[in-house]
Amino acid sequence: MKKNNVILQTTAKVTFFIIFLFSIHIFFAGHFAPGGGFVGGLLTTGAIVLLLLAFDLETVKATLPFNFTVVIGVGLLLSLGTAAGSILFNVPFFTHAFAHFELPLFGDTELHTAMIFDSGVYLVVVGAAITIIQSIGGDE
Amino acid sequence: MEFVWFIFLPALAALFIPTLFKRVTGIHTGWFVLIIPIVLFAYYSTYLPLTASGEHAISSFDWIPSLGISFVSYLDGLSLLFTLLITGIGALVVLYSIFYLDRHKEKLGNFYVYLLLFMTAMLGVVQSDNIISLYLFWELTSISSFLLIGYWYTRDGSRFGALKSMMITVGGGLMMLGGFVILGILGDTYSIRELISGLSNYSGDPLFTLAAVLLLFGAFTKSAQFPFYIWLPDAMEAPTPVSAYLHSATMVKAGLYLVARFTPIFAESSVWIWLVSGIGLLTLMWGSFFAVKQTDLKGILAFSTVSQLGLIMSLLGAGAIAYHSDDTLFRFAMFAAIFHLVNHAVFKGSLFMIAGIVDHETGTRDIRKLGGLMSVMPISFTVAFIGGLSMAGIPPFGGFLSKELFLDSMVALKHFELFNFDTWGILFPVIAWIASVFTFVYSFYFVFKTFTGEKKFDKLPLKPHEAPIGMLISPIILAISVIALFFIPNVVGKWIVAPAVMAAQPQLYSLPSEAAVHVQAWHGFEYIPMWLTVGVIAIGALLFTSIKKWQPVYGLQPEKLSLNALYDGVMTFSEKGMNKLSRFYMNGLIRTYLLYMFAFFSVMTIVVLFAKGAFKLDMSSLSPITLFAVMNAIVAILGTGMVIMSKNRISAIIALGAVGYSVALFFVLFKAPDLALTQLVIETISVALFLLAFRHLPALKTHGETKQNKLVNGIIAIGVGLSVTLVALSAHSNKLVASISQYYKDTVHTEAGGGNIVNVILVDYRGFDTLFEIAVLSIAGIAVLGMIRLRLSRKGSDDEKE
Amino acid sequence: MELLMAIVAGILFTAAIYLILSRSLIKVILGTGLLSHGAHLFILTMGGLGGSAPPVLLDGVTEFVDPLPQALILTAIVISFGVTAFILVLAYRTYAVHKTDDLNSMKGNDEHD
Repeated sequence: MKKNNVILQTTAKVTFFIIFLFSIHIFFAGHFAPGGGFVGGLLTTGAIVLLLLAFDLETVKATLPFNFTVVIGVGLLLSLGTAAGSILFNVPFFTHAFAHFELPLFGDTELHTAMIFDSGVYLVVVGAAITIIQSIGGDE
Repeated sequence: MEFVWFIFLPALAALFIPTLFKRVTGIHTGWFVLIIPIVLFAYYSTYLPLTASGEHAISSFDWIPSLGISFVSYLDGLSLLFTLLITGIGALVVLYSIFYLDRHKEKLGNFYVYLLLFMTAMLGVVQSDNIISLYLFWELTSISSFLLIGYWYTRDGSRFGALKSMMITVGGGLMMLGGFVILGILGDTYSIRELISGLSNYSGDPLFTLAAVLLLFGAFTKSAQFPFYIWLPDAMEAPTPVSAYLHSATMVKAGLYLVARFTPIFAESSVWIWLVSGIGLLTLMWGSFFAVKQTDLKGILAFSTVSQLGLIMSLLGAGAIAYHSDDTLFRFAMFAAIFHLVNHAVFKGSLFMIAGIVDHETGTRDIRKLGGLMSVMPISFTVAFIGGLSMAGIPPFGGFLSKELFLDSMVALKHFELFNFDTWGILFPVIAWIASVFTFVYSFYFVFKTFTGEKKFDKLPLKPHEAPIGMLISPIILAISVIALFFIPNVVGKWIVAPAVMAAQPQLYSLPSEAAVHVQAWHGFEYIPMWLTVGVIAIGALLFTSIKKWQPVYGLQPEKLSLNALYDGVMTFSEKGMNKLSRFYMNGLIRTYLLYMFAFFSVMTIVVLFAKGAFKLDMSSLSPITLFAVMNAIVAILGTGMVIMSKNRISAIIALGAVGYSVALFFVLFKAPDLALTQLVIETISVALFLLAFRHLPALKTHGETKQNKLVNGIIAIGVGLSVTLVALSAHSNKLVASISQYYKDTVHTEAGGGNIVNVILVDYRGFDTLFEIAVLSIAGIAVLGMIRLRLSRKGSDDEKE
Repeated sequence: MELLMAIVAGILFTAAIYLILSRSLIKVILGTGLLSHGAHLFILTMGGLGGSAPPVLLDGVTEFVDPLPQALILTAIVISFGVTAFILVLAYRTYAVHKTDDLNSMKGNDEHD
């Protein structure tokens, strides 16, 4: 079905980016302030759902040409890889490491392997949620 | 090298068999399998000098150390004797099976996997010192026997026989486990050696006799003693190599092994002595008498096996008597038992193989159709002749020697004065003699009915001819051993039998040479067993020649009164009864099952809370109620009410969403920003999800739910709700241990380098949970995709067209 | 406050169980939704509701709410989302195949076993 709701579609285009950027912010904030992979992933999903509601399945598929099942797999591998990577350094499975770096623009920044793990979580959440919604929505 | 691993070698080899069977089609899979028992036999033979000097070897590894359970390979005389039987006869049987089972027609992959599995199980049984792992291997032998009997699973008889043997032996095994557990508790160890050395601490316990009886259930079911023997004749549905191996030479002897192994512990119990010797003798008599009734060649052998196992069992019982008397008269029994065990394995193995050959070459095992095969199958006849005469106890074959020792031991029993043996002891030699007469009769019946007499070749399904040489090798080797055993009994006695006797009676001997009995064929005219043997031959020959006149006696026993009828009755009754019972409470309705669960859950929780005094309400630690929270609670409760009451799908979904948002507000109120954020987003997405999915679902209907059902549902629901409330309050009020959260708070910055404790718990402290959680989420996503895209339904493609 | 929340959780559970026991597949789904809400509040209440600050490190704050129940609930929320989605699809696929959402008529018959 082709929807034609100008107000919704116009606002959706703008709000999508706002929500999406906010979700990225929430995701990175996660280690020190409320947020993290789960919330970030869900917010991104929410943004995409908004697009879905305003436009239709095909439009969204064309705009975001990802295969979301692959996203699930990438996320899982990323998380598992982070956890398993610690074995290479002869420390127990799932040992995280972190350090502070002086980065241009950001200043004193803490880089943490937990972040990589969390991005795996983020990808799985987005992938799984969108897969579910696309499947149900696309089922006639 | 830890030789305990050798127990698992056959099972490991079994992993490769299916591949070999599929890929290497040019060679019979049996040739590969043959390597295993030969290697093991050669390896274990190197321990002979060790055990012959009365020593033992031990190797173990811990399996569940916290429970004291380990795998042990304990090689003393007794274990080694059985080990050599298992690997030696095993090698011959595999060789025989190569020619018996056709590689193009049979599922050899399955067959050899089962057989190798059995080999591991059996080695485990006879080498385990730990009774728990012994039990494990014991049941594994039952299972592999089940698989082997059911090998031709398309036949009704095979399936029936397999199930029957499984029911009886596993049932007995469970009883035995009970005995083991009692022993383990009494002796505070699972090691047999420690149980023996600590015997005086617990032998007076009233449970001691119970342990003995339970253990004997295991031994009697496995070794086919009366009245449990009924599974063995039905087990003859197995391929003949299996019958020769499991059901005569090895597995059925596991019960004998068990009794011999536990003799040092239970010998002082009079119940043990009476049961083992009494049941053994009864089985001997019963088996030998009914063997003559059989018309199936393997049936005769099955009953003869039952009877011979009874013979050895009664000798083991008599062997325990040696603990109660210093008289050397009683010392023959254990030696005779072990010696006859070896003899039996050898001659019965050869006879089974001959029965298989006859079946293979003539197409029938019915003794009424057979006759006069001697002229066409001379080699088979010779082997059968040797084996049969050894079984009958006639010189110059090994069976004669052990039979005389047996009669000697039974005669000695009338001199025993404890436990009422002075009154009843005389029965032992009498019954033993009568049974020996019937043993003579069925041995001759088996050999001469088949190979001599009238030729009826035209009635046979196949034209008989001598078996291929490969199939004859194994029985010939066994037949030669039968003769060898007669001429070198004392060599065998010194190297194999005496060490085993010492292992079974460790308190009596310190060196195997003390346990050795000098075996000789000729004792002079004063020797009573010699005259008994002469009597057996004379009366036996008379009965055999007149067999046609008295065989109809067997027809007198009505079929309904047999033990088999009893077994069948019990089986059908329990199957039907159980079916009815389970149909009664499992009516196929999900609601019923959920009712059971919820009712059980709430009743158990509430009862335990109050019965154990666990319910506590600590008013002092409650936090103050705020107005916001009360208002929010009202919203949540109203929303919940709406979900229940709503007659319309959309309003129900919206109400559910309202409850979700109020929960999110609760998270805000209770200082859980992460939860609040997540809940808000999830709720939004969920509502979208519900709306999408409900397009495909029908309108809300009640389906005419009855008032009564609603009432029951309501009561159960309130019960669950109540128990949840009570548990929440008690859990809050009873802080038995300090929360681990303090640790998280202290280390979150220093150790984990983070500030948001909740998030750090998720990605770091309890990262494993999260890893699994995203795995679950992925599975849910892929499952949804699968259900929708793949259209999994029973109708398959029909559904796609809709 | 704990008393109030325990009662709210109890009511949510009661409603959820009542719906789950009904014959309509849709009501069962709604019930599982309520059940997860109830469970989240239940866990939160057990951990205690007092506390002056969220479990996030900030200068000068030393008294936090117990973070462990929150971490557990966060996991539970996401899992229950996955499960709800799964049950929804299962339900409507079942409906598509059987043409009914009456659980009583979906009871398996004896011929299968």
